[in-house]
Amino acid sequence: MEPSHNNKYIKIFITTGLLFLLSALFFGLAGALEYVVPGVWRNIFSFEKIRPLHVSSAVFWILTTAIGSVLCFLKEHNEQNIKNIKIIRLAFYIFTFSFVGILISYCFGIFGGREYWEFNPLFSIPISMGWILFIVVFLSNFKTLKKQPVYVWMWFTGALFFLFTYLESNLWLIPNIRNHLIKDMTIQWKSYGSMVGSWNMLIYGSSIYLLDKISGSKKYSFSNIAFWLYFLGLFNLMFNWGHHIYTLPTQPYVKHIAYVVSMTELLIFGRIIYLWKSSVTTAQKHFHINSYRFLIGADVWVFLTLGLAILMSIPALNIYMHGTHTVVAHTMGATIGINSMLLLAFAYDILKPKTKPKFGYWLINVSLVVFWIALIVAGFSKAYWQFNNPEIPYGEMIAQLKPWFYVFFVSGIVLVIGLVMVIIPLLKRR
Amino acid sequence: MERFRFKFIVFLFLSVVFFGYSAILYFTETEQPQIPNKSAQKGKMLWQQKNCVSCHQLYGLGGHLGPDLTNVYAIRSEEYIKAFLKSGTTVMPDYQLSETEIQELLEFFKYTNTTGVADPASFSKHLNGTISQQ
Repeated sequence: MEPSHNNKYIKIFITTGLLFLLSALFFGLAGALEYVVPGVWRNIFSFEKIRPLHVSSAVFWILTTAIGSVLCFLKEHNEQNIKNIKIIRLAFYIFTFSFVGILISYCFGIFGGREYWEFNPLFSIPISMGWILFIVVFLSNFKTLKKQPVYVWMWFTGALFFLFTYLESNLWLIPNIRNHLIKDMTIQWKSYGSMVGSWNMLIYGSSIYLLDKISGSKKYSFSNIAFWLYFLGLFNLMFNWGHHIYTLPTQPYVKHIAYVVSMTELLIFGRIIYLWKSSVTTAQKHFHINSYRFLIGADVWVFLTLGLAILMSIPALNIYMHGTHTVVAHTMGATIGINSMLLLAFAYDILKPKTKPKFGYWLINVSLVVFWIALIVAGFSKAYWQFNNPEIPYGEMIAQLKPWFYVFFVSGIVLVIGLVMVIIPLLKRR
Repeated sequence: MERFRFKFIVFLFLSVVFFGYSAILYFTETEQPQIPNKSAQKGKMLWQQKNCVSCHQLYGLGGHLGPDLTNVYAIRSEEYIKAFLKSGTTVMPDYQLSETEIQELLEFFKYTNTTGVADPASFSKHLNGTISQQ
């Protein structure tokens, strides 16, 4: 379906998301420099401001673009304009003002101090309101879940569960939870784990829609295997989050449940290997399509990141990776390699720039591999220190990791160049 | 129609179990103590307001620029911790903390130390992939 008159209000989510991505890249590089030249920003703009500026910008890129692509693809799926576009416009302004306000508040050193959501909790009011408006618009644009493909189920699940988990992440405001560190951290990481699963539902749902669109067939989206995999994803969204807190002295059953549930992801991993050959054949057929190219990139990163995630979900191996840069490698693989790659695929499909992002695309993927490996090696080195040389001061251990931080920083620069090369044609088409 | 009903029941079942599980976690008390006094509670809020988690960790969760501080109270002396809080380091800025604020943060670290041991080397590994800690 060709874009029609109310598309511009949806596209604006995508272009705003791209601006947040640029902000995330800028502050990401600034933060990485701190590892190469420790204390470089100490007296100007210290790390406790740079890190949330980077992390929140990345999260806002994911959320804003995910909303825009869901609405755009829902409109195409329904073959009619989005109803209640005024509400979406209102939600857009609420999100944009809140997100920009949060970034400004960081510059002034105003924090709520919760990892990943480091802003003052007052901002949670407009963010929740904006999300409720998104849900209202989403629900008003389809009548029933009956006879709907799997991606509509995924969007529905992602939209509802994000709201729940976001509100849950604010439960620390209740003194009884806040004043009980272990309970507080358990609930905090429960909400984060499920929240990432929720936005993944929005993004993976859109990627299935886009694959259908490119292949010209909806056979997969209605198939039993698609729904089994959806329920497996939902099961993990709900119960696998405990693998973040194996070393936290919380209730043991939380960890046992997480371990067993996380191992069900082996089914997805096995399926990727089983279908490898046919995936490569299909990839070669459609690789000339811009958006498809990013989908393939994300597929490779799903394989690598999921492999690492499964290893991290085994408690006996987790203790060698938890609290180290290996976790950062996993997060970067997931947010850049999977989420950003998929969101860029949607942006290329929706905004349709004329330029082919060939060089930028390869630059991103090659540099991300180097970046990822450097972090994993730094992570293993830190784990070796934790287990064998804890008497060496922390600062000295970090200094010994410097060669890997140089690789991380240089590959980070190349990664940013690649991403900028991919983003610019999109912004020109807004 | 039948397939839809099956899918909907699975969705509903998983959701009910999930919300039940959440409720159990909200209302169950863990073995570890609550923050014992106002001073330590203020210390926790200060930890958040200064965004210490961007560089430091508690139980391995947080940033990587500085060390994990869960058990810093057991590992270092009060004077040592105070010196860091007062002047910062070559990487950590001086946050111009008052004596009271430094004391509140110390009380908070004293508390975090009572909740458990964060060192991953303190865990025993088992053949089935699980871990345990004395």
